[in-house]
Amino acid sequence: MGILESIRVALEALSSNKVRSALTMLGVIIGVFAVICLIAIGEGAKAYVSKELMGIGSNLLVVTPGKAKTSGGPPISVDSAKKLTYEDAEFIARRSTAVKQVAPIVMGTGKVKYENRSRDTTVLGVTYDFQQVRNLHVEIGSFISADDVDARRKVCTLGRVVKQELFGESNPLGKMVKINDVSFRVIGIMEKKGVTFGFNIDDIVFIPVKTAQELYDTDKLFEILAAATSEKEVDEAKRQITQLLIKRHREEDFTITTQAAMLESMNSILTTLTWVLGAIAGISLVVGGIGIMNIMLVSVSERTSEIGIRKAVGAKRRDILSQFLVESITISALGGLLGMILGVGLARGLAFSFPSLPVKVSLWSIILALSFSVFVGIFFGVYPAHKASKLDPIEALRHE
Amino acid sequence: MIQLKDISKVYTLGTQEVEVLRNISLEIKPGEFLSLVGPSGSGKSTLMNILGCLDKPTRGSYFFEGVSVADLSDDQLAEIRNKKIGFVFQSFHLLPRINALQNVELPLIYAGVPRSKRKEKAREVLAAVDLADRIYHKPNELSGGQCQRVAIARALVNNPQIILADEPTGNLDTKSGNEILQIFEKLNRQGVTLVIVTHDLSIARRAHRIVTLRDGEIIKDEVRRGEREGGGMEGGWR
Ligand SMILES: Nc1ncnc2c1ncn2[C@@H]1O[C@H](COP(=O)(O)OP(=O)(O)O)[C@@H](O)[C@H]1O
Ligand SMILES: [Mg+2]
Repeated sequence: MGILESIRVALEALSSNKVRSALTMLGVIIGVFAVICLIAIGEGAKAYVSKELMGIGSNLLVVTPGKAKTSGGPPISVDSAKKLTYEDAEFIARRSTAVKQVAPIVMGTGKVKYENRSRDTTVLGVTYDFQQVRNLHVEIGSFISADDVDARRKVCTLGRVVKQELFGESNPLGKMVKINDVSFRVIGIMEKKGVTFGFNIDDIVFIPVKTAQELYDTDKLFEILAAATSEKEVDEAKRQITQLLIKRHREEDFTITTQAAMLESMNSILTTLTWVLGAIAGISLVVGGIGIMNIMLVSVSERTSEIGIRKAVGAKRRDILSQFLVESITISALGGLLGMILGVGLARGLAFSFPSLPVKVSLWSIILALSFSVFVGIFFGVYPAHKASKLDPIEALRHE
Repeated sequence: MIQLKDISKVYTLGTQEVEVLRNISLEIKPGEFLSLVGPSGSGKSTLMNILGCLDKPTRGSYFFEGVSVADLSDDQLAEIRNKKIGFVFQSFHLLPRINALQNVELPLIYAGVPRSKRKEKAREVLAAVDLADRIYHKPNELSGGQCQRVAIARALVNNPQIILADEPTGNLDTKSGNEILQIFEKLNRQGVTLVIVTHDLSIARRAHRIVTLRDGEIIKDEVRRGEREGGGMEGGWR
């Protein structure tokens, strides 16, 4: 019996019991649907992360105080006794040939007040180069200048959100605001940038880094950002910065994280996540397969006399085996196809109506889900089909 | 064409052994029209199933066209059932969900005949049993006599050398039964070997040879007057 003939017989048998076939198929539909959707979310998160990291600037290196115990990825806990100073940053800027710009950063929180309005926000002590390193732009006024830093001026550039909260639509340039009760003059407003990694860049007040050290009464930096001269020079920059800082600190009490390393470690976390999600969805596909096996066993025992008749008129064992196997594969493949259409449809629909949502349907997940569903059909169909093919023709015929 | 030597069939029910056929020896020649009679439970169906390669004897040897059936694999037996033997059952044994044409096509599917040829051949055979106008009817839309004619068409469709019919008229009224028998007689005249199990003596008497079973043994094997010793006429179905 040819394969086309088998498929025709299988479709006939399935359509003669539509509700049952549909319910059995539903198990596979849900399984494949879940696999595709969950992998789409995982893959979407990965795409989102690399896009965000690229947005930060691909030449970026981050120097943080303290030696991370594990390699790759930003250090989770840093040794606060170790420190990076403004002079460290200057030293790197002066001596490293592979580094284009250096941005020492002090980070703190502050209550920013204007007249009777106030907002608790993040205060970043930065230098002029910060905006280049992080690819940020001023909309009106100006950013913190080198002079502002050296003269420890009490000036600030406001993020969009802070400006909106304190000033509404009125022009804040030249106005005096209070940060933690110290007066600052507003010299600029940043362009709207949005949320990156859950951190709202618009909800920040920038002040000169030395002013920030005074404000928070510290000589430590939160971190130093450095931009390599080109993407190729990132590794060289890392080597140079390491050497320079060791020269100053006499030990490696800092950690340098590159963009590539961050991307890599994020990717590996998210890849694991994607697989875990896919595996959970895969379990539902396996449950769907058990449903197929169950129905096929019922079907074999219901159709015992049919099997007897077929054998009596010359069906061989493999004819019966393939008939039932094709039937279970048809259920699973059809279910897989429907689940795929639903899954891709939903993912596409979500991505279309909520462009910010990280959803990405990848071809490999579709192929994986479909082939897994066919495999499930074979795996769970073999036993019932084998049982059918083994039936003794006389006993099968006697069965009514 | 068929040779049975000391065939026995034993069923084991629990610890008890029941010998349903005992030392049956029988030879059937090509073209014969043989009827098998005997009281209910005497082992007629059991014997027919063995003849039809659906079942195997416990002891003894069965030669089909000189080949020892015991030595054949399941697949080879399936092939014999498919191509060389046509089986007709008392309860028709048609597939209920498909129509007459598709039922008749079934043996052709397993014989690997291409689709268009299959349809043509199945139509032809259905026409020969006078069902040309009923080919798209499903079994439950046909009368018992019509169902049995579909079953006969299915048995004939691969041009078997022998037809085995186990009480083919048992579920039919006299008139339909008679029609069925006429079809069989015509087939036999065309050279097909025929073995029919029946309770009905008037039917049995239309055969050329009557074998009587009782308690699993052949108690009588009579050749009717005026009959040739096998060797049916040429031509016909092939
Ligand atoms: N599978 C079986 N297991 C046990 N006994 C059986 C089986 N099939 C048939 N028999 C017994 O074999 C005997 C002959 O049965 P059968 O050949 O059907 O008789 P007939 O067709 O002549 O009425 C009966 O007594 C029946 O009960
Ligand atoms: Mg019987």
